[in-house]
Amino acid sequence: MATTAFVGLPKRMLAASIDGQDVSVPEGATILDACRGMHIDTPTLCYLETLTPVNVCRVCVVEVEGSRVLVPACSRKIEAGMKIHTDSDRVRHSRKLVLEFLASSVDMSLSSPEVHGWMQRYGAAPKRFGPKAATVAQPVKVDNDLYVRDYSRCILCYKCVEACGVDAQNTFALGVAGRGFDAHISTEFTVPLPESACVYCGNCIGVCPTGALMFKSEHDMREAGTWDEEKQTVTETVCPYCGVGCMLELHVQDNSIVKVTSPLDHSVTSGHLCIKGRFGFQFVQKRRGGGGGPG
Amino acid sequence: MQIRATGGPATAEEMQAVDSVLGQPHSLWEGGERAPSDDHLARGGRETRSQRHLLLPVLHSIQDRVGWVSRGGLEYACRRLSVPPAEAYGVVTFYDRFATDKRPPLAVHVCDDVACKCAGADELCAALESAFGPSGPSGSHSGAAWYRSPCLGLCDQAPAVLMERSGMGHVEGRITHAEPEVVRGVLDGGEWPQAEAVGIPQPRSELRLLRRAGEIDPESFDSYRAAGGYSAFRRALELGPEGVIRELTDAKLLGRGGAAFPTGRKWDAVARTPARPHHLVTNADESEPGTFKDRVLMEGDPFAIVEAMTIAALATGCERGYLYVRTEYPLARHRIENAVGQARAHGFLGDDVAGTGAHFDIEVRRGAGAYEETALFNSIEGKRGEPRNKPPFPVQAGLFGKPTLVNNVETLMNVLEILNGGAAAYAATGTADSTGTRLFCMSGHVRAPGVYEVPMGTTLRALIAMAGGLHEGRELQAVLLGGAAGSFVTEKQLDVPLSFEGTRAIGATLGSGAVIVLDDTADLNQILLRIARFFKHESCGQCVPCRVGTQRQEEILQRVLASRGTNGREGDIALLGEIAQAMRDASICGLGQTAASAIQSAFVQLGVGR
Ligand SMILES: Cc1cc2nc3c(=O)[nH]c(=O)nc-3n(C[C@H](O)[C@H](O)[C@H](O)COP(=O)(O)O)c2cc1C
Ligand code: SF4
Ligand code: SF4
Ligand code: SF4
Ligand code: FES
Ligand code: FES
Repeated sequence: MATTAFVGLPKRMLAASIDGQDVSVPEGATILDACRGMHIDTPTLCYLETLTPVNVCRVCVVEVEGSRVLVPACSRKIEAGMKIHTDSDRVRHSRKLVLEFLASSVDMSLSSPEVHGWMQRYGAAPKRFGPKAATVAQPVKVDNDLYVRDYSRCILCYKCVEACGVDAQNTFALGVAGRGFDAHISTEFTVPLPESACVYCGNCIGVCPTGALMFKSEHDMREAGTWDEEKQTVTETVCPYCGVGCMLELHVQDNSIVKVTSPLDHSVTSGHLCIKGRFGFQFVQKRRGGGGGPG
Repeated sequence: MQIRATGGPATAEEMQAVDSVLGQPHSLWEGGERAPSDDHLARGGRETRSQRHLLLPVLHSIQDRVGWVSRGGLEYACRRLSVPPAEAYGVVTFYDRFATDKRPPLAVHVCDDVACKCAGADELCAALESAFGPSGPSGSHSGAAWYRSPCLGLCDQAPAVLMERSGMGHVEGRITHAEPEVVRGVLDGGEWPQAEAVGIPQPRSELRLLRRAGEIDPESFDSYRAAGGYSAFRRALELGPEGVIRELTDAKLLGRGGAAFPTGRKWDAVARTPARPHHLVTNADESEPGTFKDRVLMEGDPFAIVEAMTIAALATGCERGYLYVRTEYPLARHRIENAVGQARAHGFLGDDVAGTGAHFDIEVRRGAGAYEETALFNSIEGKRGEPRNKPPFPVQAGLFGKPTLVNNVETLMNVLEILNGGAAAYAATGTADSTGTRLFCMSGHVRAPGVYEVPMGTTLRALIAMAGGLHEGRELQAVLLGGAAGSFVTEKQLDVPLSFEGTRAIGATLGSGAVIVLDDTADLNQILLRIARFFKHESCGQCVPCRVGTQRQEEILQRVLASRGTNGREGDIALLGEIAQAMRDASICGLGQTAASAIQSAFVQLGVGR
């Protein structure tokens, strides 16, 4: 039976097969688009709907008949007649190894529950590389009052670089430096953020999948052991500063705003804000009697 | 874009180095003095940004002049080219060629790769270590420092050393068959020894692609013409673009850069792609350990490469050609630049190529280490040399996003042979599926290392015999065929015909044509570790399977060879196999895909670790 995956405006339709099921998708759709349309859960780490695919993490790889190597589902466009396998031994093996490679070298404890689910599904056992396996562990960079950078949690997904660059902010304060296992996200000559071009829009924080980039308020509360997502509520509102009308999600704990996000699929923001909407909320919590909140 | 520069001013030297490439800045906006008009008129838009491709030439210029790239120097380059400093920092730290910490002016690069190990590189490094401290800028000594280096492409004259002195007159030189005393003398500030001339050990009568190298004056256009130069070009004009491509297809020429892609099909695809302009790129960034044939061709017969590029351009509609030559090949670069200049002066390049009305010119780009084709495009564009995901393929979207024909130097040399002698005659040499001759880089434990040209299908045994065989009383341990990305073959497999299909049949590859012969004195464990280190070092770091896989491969290999496995020996060997499969299946480019092949073959073929 043919399934149709709805992934965009009507275009020329291409027929392919995924895991033995026929599927027809509009021209230009990626394998990931089709998999999502068919409710095939496909792990992704470096992919984000609002950013240009960089296809570097390789956790989304699938097998395409006739291709010598596996191909990244997130960026490979479907071609007519493609026969795709998303759960073959080779696919499972590479996905498992990619997750093990990352989890053995990076602190992934703050990644989403989905990521931990994939680790389980593929039986990832990062410890098997041994206790001396090299990691990217390093001290947290706290060089400004608004957000911190903990690159021991960085999987090098390039999302922050893209968000700071042409995909959103066009500020280019961050880049990928070095190479090989030493490749890392950096400002020029590793200068602290206040010396860099950063304008504190926080868009890099918004896209970071591992908690490597984090509001300082969240970081401090985690350090103090007071961060508690169970106790947090999210209030949706519109930014009061200018006429653009960005939608804000205010994360509130103990009657204080602890971080600000915007929905990825919001037509005005695509999840991106500026320094005012992202960090300029202290005035809200200026309480009578002069006591300020933690933000 | 406004470039925020907080690193302090560049030095006068750094500014001169940058301006020597870009010319004087015209305004404050481009890093110059503030002029009254600058208060009203901002510069630095698209026009400035379109010069991004000059970032590497600018960085080379600073590195040559000062010996390293400081923050002030980099930021000046950024202002002049309108490149964000964080991005430029990513570029400068990507390439080994550039240093971002202060370095002494004299840099001595000592090869400790596989072929040089066979000729005493480890002893040489040990001697330098005891005299000057460990490799790197910290082991510096009276204005000099020494660095361990991967293969320098001088494997036939091992151990090899490359020297350079930064300054106003940047100079480069090499030491072949390097003796510890000689290298020590250079580091102590002594005279540089005269390097030996390249020798092609084979009798001239057997040579085709190599027949002019060493015979003609490589700096003289007239000498090249007198040796039959530009006869293939004349033939190409008679045949016309389609005829040329048909000849290549009929000759069944396969690319010599490693991937063995049919050259005729590639040229045809570019010629037919409607998008314009088309670009031509010659990959002369030969970096596969054990490979030096392209260097020998460029040093010995540079005009031939210019001629072949011109033919390619006319056949596929390219107006601009780039030759990206390895920075460790200063002599080759110099000779190619000279050849391009002379060809232009004789009207064979430029606005009206040899009276045909066609426009074509060549720019020689000094490499920094980006040999995979799409990494090379990024490098020419002034970016980090990270390979791109394919598709799109270069013939569709390559350099600057335009249809691009990229070929290896040796492939181009074959084009001349095919046009001069005709496809049928060409295809009569070699095997049915692998036509023509092939250049093999013989190094390691053979009596007469060097480049050898033999018909495809010649056996490995015969090739080793041509190179003088092993030294007296020694026995063969293994041959590393195809370089670090290739595989080990054993005594039992010496009768393998060296053709694409012949090597494939035994699970090996011709690769880049590197043949490193190892006798029973070679320390195979050290060689395997060196190969693992090579891949870890060369990984661009972009994709997880290769970035972490090459790191883990080295860690676990160390454990296995030292029998200290935490999973037990067998468990660790199995784990290496699992890592190998993920790297091969899921890496973006050929580097990660082949990073485990030699090491895996050592386990399978040689029983290492058992
Ligand atoms: C890791 C890696 C290293 C490569 N090194 C070289 C090289 O040193 N020289 C070269 O010409 N091609 C090299 N190639 C192949 C190029 O990507 C490209 O296929 C080749 O230049 C095309 O030319 P050809 O068709 O004439 O062989 C390399 C490829 C990979 C994946
Ligand atoms: S906060 Fe904004 S400007 Fe600063 S690094 Fe992040 S994305 Fe770039
Ligand atoms: S800091 Fe976060 S967003 Fe940036 S590369 Fe690392 S994991 Fe990705
Ligand atoms: S395989 Fe290695 S060199 Fe190639 S893109 Fe991936 S990390 Fe870079
Ligand atoms: S999600 Fe596809 S490569 Fe990262
Ligand atoms: S020059 Fe040393 S191995 Fe090639």
